[in-house]
Amino acid sequence: MNRLTEFMLPPAKSTTAGEVDALFHFINVTSIILLAGITFTIIYFAWKYRRRSEDDVTPVITHNSKLEITWSVIPLILVMIVFGWGLSGYMNLTTAPDDAYEVRVVAKSWLWEFHYQNGHVSVNELHVPVDRPVKLVMSSDDVIHSFFVPDYRIKRDVLPNRYTSVWFEAIETGESIIHCTEYCGRAHSDMNATVFVHTQEDFETWLESADAIDEDMPPAERGEALVTRSGCMACHSTDGSRMVGPTFQGLWMAERTMEDGEVVTADENYIRESILEPNARINEGYDPVMPSYQGTLSDRQIDDIIEYIKTLD
Amino acid sequence: MSTPEASTTKKVQVRRYKPEENPKEHYLNAEKGVWAWMTTIDHKKIGLLYLGSITFFFFVGGMLALLLRTELLTPAQSFIDADVYNQVFTLHGAIMIFFFLVPSVPAALGNFILPLQLGAKDVAFPRLNLASFYIYTIGTIFTLIAIFTGGIDTGWTFYTPYSTQTGTNVLLMTFGIFILGFSSILTGVNFIVTIHKLRAPGLTWNKLPLNVWALYATSIIQVLATPVLAITLLLLVMERALGIGVFDPSIGGDPVLFQHFFWFYSHPAVYIMIVPGFGVISEVISTFSRKVIFGYWAIALSSLAIAFIGFLVWGHHMFVAGQSSLASMVFSFLTFLVGIPTGIKIFNWLATMYKGSIDMKAPMLYAMVFLFLFTIGGFTGIMLGSLAVDIHLHDTYYVVAHFHYVMMGGMVMALLAGLHYWWPKMFGKMYSEFFARISCVIIFIGFNLAFLPQFVMGSQGMPRRYFNYIDQYQAFHQLSTIGAYIMAVGFVIMAGYMIHSLLRGKPASANPWGSRAMEWQTSSPAPHHNFEHIPVIINGPYDYHKPMSEFQLGIAHSTNGHQSFEKVDVNVKSAEEKA
Repeated sequence: MNRLTEFMLPPAKSTTAGEVDALFHFINVTSIILLAGITFTIIYFAWKYRRRSEDDVTPVITHNSKLEITWSVIPLILVMIVFGWGLSGYMNLTTAPDDAYEVRVVAKSWLWEFHYQNGHVSVNELHVPVDRPVKLVMSSDDVIHSFFVPDYRIKRDVLPNRYTSVWFEAIETGESIIHCTEYCGRAHSDMNATVFVHTQEDFETWLESADAIDEDMPPAERGEALVTRSGCMACHSTDGSRMVGPTFQGLWMAERTMEDGEVVTADENYIRESILEPNARINEGYDPVMPSYQGTLSDRQIDDIIEYIKTLD
Repeated sequence: MSTPEASTTKKVQVRRYKPEENPKEHYLNAEKGVWAWMTTIDHKKIGLLYLGSITFFFFVGGMLALLLRTELLTPAQSFIDADVYNQVFTLHGAIMIFFFLVPSVPAALGNFILPLQLGAKDVAFPRLNLASFYIYTIGTIFTLIAIFTGGIDTGWTFYTPYSTQTGTNVLLMTFGIFILGFSSILTGVNFIVTIHKLRAPGLTWNKLPLNVWALYATSIIQVLATPVLAITLLLLVMERALGIGVFDPSIGGDPVLFQHFFWFYSHPAVYIMIVPGFGVISEVISTFSRKVIFGYWAIALSSLAIAFIGFLVWGHHMFVAGQSSLASMVFSFLTFLVGIPTGIKIFNWLATMYKGSIDMKAPMLYAMVFLFLFTIGGFTGIMLGSLAVDIHLHDTYYVVAHFHYVMMGGMVMALLAGLHYWWPKMFGKMYSEFFARISCVIIFIGFNLAFLPQFVMGSQGMPRRYFNYIDQYQAFHQLSTIGAYIMAVGFVIMAGYMIHSLLRGKPASANPWGSRAMEWQTSSPAPHHNFEHIPVIINGPYDYHKPMSEFQLGIAHSTNGHQSFEKVDVNVKSAEEKA
């Protein structure tokens, strides 16, 4: 039976996952025992009491109070156990410890932004320290999304008009996948991100160097790193193939036709506008679905991305 | 019912009416032609019109499901793109729920069988009944127009603010479902009045077939819950068309409010879909066990209990949606309470089989498949009702699998049990028992292959409504797709033998299953007005220890003294007392 639970659930990588798994296991085992009993009874009765002749006489059994009370009370006790257990687990999952490290999460169709306390922003990558509670304070810029980390057994909807929060404490370093689990349109199934769990020292090093990694590089390379890190590649290709958004290849100084018939040259101002106000002008044949990067990318970072796009011809 | 016998009974002279075998005239040939069908106020024909419609929509929804499953054979795009995929899963859900499941047992089977089981000539308001069908038709037309003019990609739940912002044709679609709701409400009203007012002499509340109790509970939910859906959809239309901020936060609304409204209808709607299935199963298990039903009142009242508690559990769809912890706690508690009457039903059905004379004909086979699959659906519902576990499983394939075990494994199997059970009464023909059993087994295997892997991948973290998925789930998706194909084969075989039965089936006798229930005490197919006499009921519908002759009584025509029928005096409750 333990094997079944292990097979059905992803590895448990948070402090709270164990309790959820134990309850999952308990309900599964109880259900399987009861289901086996019911199934056996159905098959046994169907065989044992099969019709032998058209004149079979059956006994008149209209009810049996003792039996009926038994099969009402036992399930009632079982579900009350499950209820209490589930409630206590739920309280643990919704009550973040006071000393939790806070990360601000912004969901947009279709990417995740993580804002750290030092002002750093990472896109589609959540970096956290191991063995320390982390509280995520989340909101959405557009429709409802939902933040789900299977390895941590946590999930919470991310709403456009209020903050919701979720917390976890990772118990080992490594990576875990984040899914969006509230249907949010075309690229819903690509709205994934990754949690990177570091040791406390590695995490601090990462946090300090996260913005600095770019400094020694040429602008175009920094731009490339930014494009990868900011989740642009989810919708824009660099090899000319058509995705949700237009490709970056050959974009620089190209003439593009907009939905309203206007022809625009893709210069610095156009690219900057496309990043900060993406729905101001829409390429012909595409939908106005890109979220704004206002507040996510700084002016210097946009310069770097422009340099990078220049190299893609 | 506790009133003294003497004050409320009157004597009625009855005689035995044996049902005529293979009648020349019956409801199917009483009137002929397309116009006669379109303007019929015969509940049996309206039931068949619904049956035809739901068969069509089941076929459409099923084809859409096969499209989805085929696309999911591989993670990335294989033959339809994400937009089309999103539209297809929305349509699959919306069509299967609003056009197939909701009207399936109540409107199709219920319309056909309810007056027959009450010994009535028709429902209380036959013209309203026809109007319900046309309202349903108009609703479907609106929806079809929506599909062909832009489609819809919100999922069948229409969650805001996505549904107020998407470019697809949400307006027409929701309006179609708004109209459809009235059909549901009117059918509910019609059934409630029929059950109260049109019971045959002697058919007191404690002799009602359990199918009637189930339809009664369903009708109450239909009348009370459907208006909330109508209000919600109307508000959604107002928001989209007039820009009144109700649900969309960008114009001052609250998207979670929509979820409350939506589930306030849609959770009871799940019981609109499953409770009538319970009724069918009670009839089938008793008939094919040839035994009095165990715990009549437990089964009857548990239907009403489920209908009642079902109104108070909608919040269990929103454990992770940002409702308060206290609300989540209460909703979780009430959700578990629904599990109890459901469990009681399962045990009662098992106890009915105990020491019965069990005939494993196709309807009984489907009833047993129902018991197995629905039990799995129930247990996984307990899993999802548990707060801590639901946080992990919410919006994953686990929910998809649970829902299909309840709706397809529960309701559709009950529908198929009922269809095979009442088929001889509907058409006066038998189907091939051999092929019926074969297709039942194939559907059973295909169903489990399609949905068991979904429990596993859901637990592992595969979210629902995903066009693309990570590689580790591919094997499960492929098994699931193969299962869906196998199920399709089962349904093709069913279509084959059903059509064969209609064209060349052997004539059915009036009561091929040896049932005591009243609908079997008239000829097959049923006469135009159900019974040639006024039936009189003195026994319960499951009293297999009483001789068949006691179930075939009707009021004797006392004016004609020349006939030499055996006449009996029986006491029946007076008509005034019944209502």
